[in-house]
Amino acid sequence: MAVTTSTPPDERTPDTAEGAPEPRRRRGNAVDVWLGVIAWVVGIAFFFPVFWMVLTSFKTEADAYTPTPKIIFEPTLEQYEGVFSSGIGPYLANSVGATVISTLLVLLLAIPAAFALSLRPVQKTSDVLFFFISTKMLPVVAAIVPIYVVVNEIGALDNIWTLIVLYTGMNLPIAVWMMRSFFLEVPGELLEQASIDGAPLWRTLREIVLPIISPGIFATALICVIFAWNEFFFAVNLTAANAGTVPVFLVGFITSEGLYWAQLSAAATLAALPVVIAGWVAQNKLVQGLSFGAVK
Amino acid sequence: MTTTLERPAPDKQAGGAPMIDRAEGWRRRAPLLPALIFTIIVTQIPFLLTIFYSLQSWNLVRPGSQSFVWFQNYADVFTDSQFRQVALNTVVMTLGSVLIAVALGLVLALLLNRQFFGRGVVRTLLITPFLITPVAAALLWRTVLLDPTLGLVNFVLSPFGASGTEWISEFPLASVMAALVWQWTPFMMLLLLAGLQSQPTDQLEAARVDGANSWSIFRELTLPHLRRFIELGVVLGTIYLVNTFDTVYMMTQGGPGVASANLPFYIYQRAFLGFDIGQSAAMGVVVVILTLIAATFALRLLFRTFSGEEEAA
Repeated sequence: MAVTTSTPPDERTPDTAEGAPEPRRRRGNAVDVWLGVIAWVVGIAFFFPVFWMVLTSFKTEADAYTPTPKIIFEPTLEQYEGVFSSGIGPYLANSVGATVISTLLVLLLAIPAAFALSLRPVQKTSDVLFFFISTKMLPVVAAIVPIYVVVNEIGALDNIWTLIVLYTGMNLPIAVWMMRSFFLEVPGELLEQASIDGAPLWRTLREIVLPIISPGIFATALICVIFAWNEFFFAVNLTAANAGTVPVFLVGFITSEGLYWAQLSAAATLAALPVVIAGWVAQNKLVQGLSFGAVK
Repeated sequence: MTTTLERPAPDKQAGGAPMIDRAEGWRRRAPLLPALIFTIIVTQIPFLLTIFYSLQSWNLVRPGSQSFVWFQNYADVFTDSQFRQVALNTVVMTLGSVLIAVALGLVLALLLNRQFFGRGVVRTLLITPFLITPVAAALLWRTVLLDPTLGLVNFVLSPFGASGTEWISEFPLASVMAALVWQWTPFMMLLLLAGLQSQPTDQLEAARVDGANSWSIFRELTLPHLRRFIELGVVLGTIYLVNTFDTVYMMTQGGPGVASANLPFYIYQRAFLGFDIGQSAAMGVVVVILTLIAATFALRLLFRTFSGEEEAA
């Protein structure tokens, strides 16, 4: 534990920082500054490979292959042109299609389900919730063989809709749990008031519930987008040239590995960019999504 | 009708509350059913089929080879020495990466749970590795970072005389784990940070006023409070990482030999390169059982560590 070994315990301001009371304030400040510096150094270290990937994507191949890594160079867009001319286009379109459609389907199924598990709950709500979460404990590898056999038999290999269905199934449990935790934040008095006033259910939903949960819908959608976009296992096993997604496209680079680092970096940057942006926007909700709503 | 009244007691029938009549019950169930039915079809049927296939001898390249063999596949799986190696790799890879990521994540969460200049920026930088498409991240590690002659890692280590290390062929499992830890530490950090921020501050204030030093506050108040979050991190990390496929596939292809293969990759090889449906299905069933054991084991371990420390305190 770097924090505690770096300074004698009594000199350290406690972790919750902000207002450590008076006497230790001075010395505490110096320590605070140093811990801040350490945090920055670690943050930059973790980010550095990503930074380097983006940097390399703007190099010529000659600049990418130097024994002493180059930071100063003449930036070029030729790698991105190369990636687009080597045909990333259809793969990007497939990724966008599979991600967007599966996310919409997830929301369409998850929002009513979450409603039925929160505001107007069915009986045995906790059993149903447990069922949903338990499907995520099932390793995907345990299901891939029959999925392949069935998909092959119905002639749906290399079909984008196969991925859409599977991604919907993959994200639905998470979305139900997340949406439920947002529904539970709707204050009961508001609903009570509305039902006393005799407002019909759909109006209550639209005018009272929807505005409260819409940030939650947005967060849930972003989490689903992240998972669907990054998914590889189903994509590589069930698709090829027609329905392949961006991760499948990236696999193509492994055969020419070692030869085109700069172009590879450009492709990897393009593949990662949408999700990195989505994740930055949703960073407060990431944990909530991954922990099935267990942690806010 | 308040929402609290509507919420049924955990037991079958809500005790004093009026029984929900049949029509009302179906009206409530209706919005749930599409999602429930969809999930059952997409997730449960394949798994049942896996169990069914695991009892058959069936190779896709030999048409008509399908026949019922009961538990022969399981017997084969357990006498397969490669499978045992791969199962061990899976445990090492999953638990090793999870525990290292949790430990690093805890340090980072403590660092970030304080006010300092640019905290939001540092947090954003830190979570980025988690967001990078795993396939892209694995490619990045394989080439730009770990390449023996031109990679950044060897460049940084060259003053210490480590240049020319063939990370991926000499330490394949460790290389894969390094990439996994890099990707998962940010998640653990976010989770534990959420834990730290949910700790009641008045409790900490009181301890401080009583003159407790920071280390004992950390050990006696913060750590027990975080225990739930650490356990959650271990369990979630195990669930997600036991499925690791992208990183192995892109970095090492499981090699050399099966030195860095884990169960998902090995099953993939058997099913899609060897076309052995029966065997790979049997392995799939074994993975499910292993997942349960791994999660339980991780929890046990934690329990013991923490209760031991609390007694010592």
